[in-house]
Amino acid sequence: MPEMTLIDALREAMDEELARDPRVFITGEDVGKRGGVFRATMGLYEKYGEKRVIDSPLAELSIVAIGIGAACAGLVPICEIQFADFIHPAFNQIVNEAAKMYYRSGGAWNVPLTIRAPYGGGIGGGLYHSQSVEAFFTHVPGLKVVVPSTPYDAKGLLKSAVRDPNPVLFFEPKKGYRSIRGEVPTGEYTVPIGKARQARVGSDLSVYAYGMMAHYAVQAAEQVAREDGIQCDVIDLRTLLPIDKETILASFKKTGKALIVYEDNLTMGYGAEIAAILSSEGFEYMDAPIMRLAGPDVPAVPFSHPLQEAFMPNPQKIAAAIRQLAAY
Amino acid sequence: MTVLTATQRSQPSAQLSAETLLDMYWHMLLARRTDERAWMLHRQGKIAFHVSSMGHEAVQVGAAFAINRGVDYVAPYYRDWALCMAIGVTPRDFMLSLFGKAGEISSKARQMPSHWSHRGLNILSTSSPVATQVPQAAGLAFAIKYKRENGLVDPNDATQPRLALTCLGEGSTSQGEWHEGMNWAGVHKLPLICLVENNNYAISVPIERQMAVSRVAERAVAYGVHGVTVDGTDILACYDAVRAAAERAYNGEGATLIEAKCYRLTPHSSDDDDRTYRSREEIEEAKRADPILRFERYLRERGILSDAIKQDYEQRARQVIDEAQRYAEAAPYPEGSSLYEDVYA
Repeated sequence: MPEMTLIDALREAMDEELARDPRVFITGEDVGKRGGVFRATMGLYEKYGEKRVIDSPLAELSIVAIGIGAACAGLVPICEIQFADFIHPAFNQIVNEAAKMYYRSGGAWNVPLTIRAPYGGGIGGGLYHSQSVEAFFTHVPGLKVVVPSTPYDAKGLLKSAVRDPNPVLFFEPKKGYRSIRGEVPTGEYTVPIGKARQARVGSDLSVYAYGMMAHYAVQAAEQVAREDGIQCDVIDLRTLLPIDKETILASFKKTGKALIVYEDNLTMGYGAEIAAILSSEGFEYMDAPIMRLAGPDVPAVPFSHPLQEAFMPNPQKIAAAIRQLAAY
Repeated sequence: MTVLTATQRSQPSAQLSAETLLDMYWHMLLARRTDERAWMLHRQGKIAFHVSSMGHEAVQVGAAFAINRGVDYVAPYYRDWALCMAIGVTPRDFMLSLFGKAGEISSKARQMPSHWSHRGLNILSTSSPVATQVPQAAGLAFAIKYKRENGLVDPNDATQPRLALTCLGEGSTSQGEWHEGMNWAGVHKLPLICLVENNNYAISVPIERQMAVSRVAERAVAYGVHGVTVDGTDILACYDAVRAAAERAYNGEGATLIEAKCYRLTPHSSDDDDRTYRSREEIEEAKRADPILRFERYLRERGILSDAIKQDYEQRARQVIDEAQRYAEAAPYPEGSSLYEDVYA
């Protein structure tokens, strides 16, 4: 099986979907000749032409709204928001429109729309190129929210997102675009939306994470296994909405201890919902306080390197949290 | 940019048969009488909310007749009862919506009344935040163009949508959503008609507080699309303007911004009191320019409409509306469990 980077896997998924279905098209800022600022769509403009890989005006809400209209008319749009930080102008179109279209039309109009957006910090992007925005959208029934952490999942999940009859927000951990490598089968396969992945098996405690943090969680788990003999179950959530409660609870029933890691700021973040699920549906298995390791409650990730590093969770911070939890 | 009036217009409407002209009149009348009934039901405390299209009938019915009704995409706004009715939404559908009853076609009675949607008639579902439908309509128009250019449809197949019509009030053109939608329409030369029903007020705020230009249509220049202003109380002028825009769209000549100047004869909605912001004299004057009376005079002058036909139409309208109201009042409410349906496709 060929090994490739996360971003190469994403590109391969789009390439295959464009080849499979003439209704699939890509739009977004700089997705055409430039191939995207991260090069996610590199080569697709040359291969499929300007009528299917379309540079949008520099206006995010219209990227999503055009996608909604086109999806309602039977096309299959892949809309790229250049950075998740820039998705906020499109919030109304995503939350009021795409998410509610099927419900508010009594099941008559559905929106098969994929919105891709690189998210997350640690790349020197400062306040507006580092945000984790998933919690805004996981609060919204009608949307699906997907965050891959491996090249295999990136390809398989993106293909599932494109084929899903609902609006799917596909948040890509941009710090891992080139640093995360893995084996990816050539050709057709999909990974189902709505299923978490057991990234590591252990029985001492459960670590729940997604995106870059899932990648770091596995690294931290290996470190504490080596250094402390602590064996972590690591659950890569992969899909944040709908929630795979079954996998989440199955791990907790085994370990009784939970650490939830996310790089968004802590309060009201996605981890709060996981904690609520564990305490309400897994209470009798609970063996320690549910722990969250997340970004601090400051407005955003600062630019200056030491400030950024102070903000970001990393394998060392995760390992420290694991040791603290394991001590219960 | 052109200003079309009743006296200096291109004349596709001259080709309309007496039968079609009467059909247009019938739809205006039925829309008005249904609308009046809704206000009455609200005063009686039988329904909770109504938003009216009174005064806009010429624009809306004229527009409906100028496109391929039920086939071309329409992304309307809440004031478009007459438009949607002329496309095929029935008084019974509307009554079910007013009463919030089971079987309601647009949303299974989830939405407030007048939030249109009809998949079978290619009417896109509408929300309440204004102008959101404009970039979506540009998306519908984009899909039409995409399918043509990528060989997914025959461009001359009239059983397929060949344009998207979207409507909004003049106040909604202050929204960024409107701008972004119009910009796409211009850049990509989309088969879009943007019909601004300019009634001078966005609830209470007059047009001078929305824009510094004297006409909405002037804004077309900024998007590189065709812009026209039309007398929105003259149904034939409205028909002609939309017909010309439709031809442009069908022929791949791009989008048109039409500003139809009309007057809202009622408060914004049943929750509004327009006495706080406009004089009774102003409204009385507007009532003298009622688009239905105007068209009626036109048809009578040409011997197309008679007292007998008028009387027959009034009677039929009453029957249709009575039946619709009875049906809706007798219909059950939605099952509580339907709350959980249609969250995901």
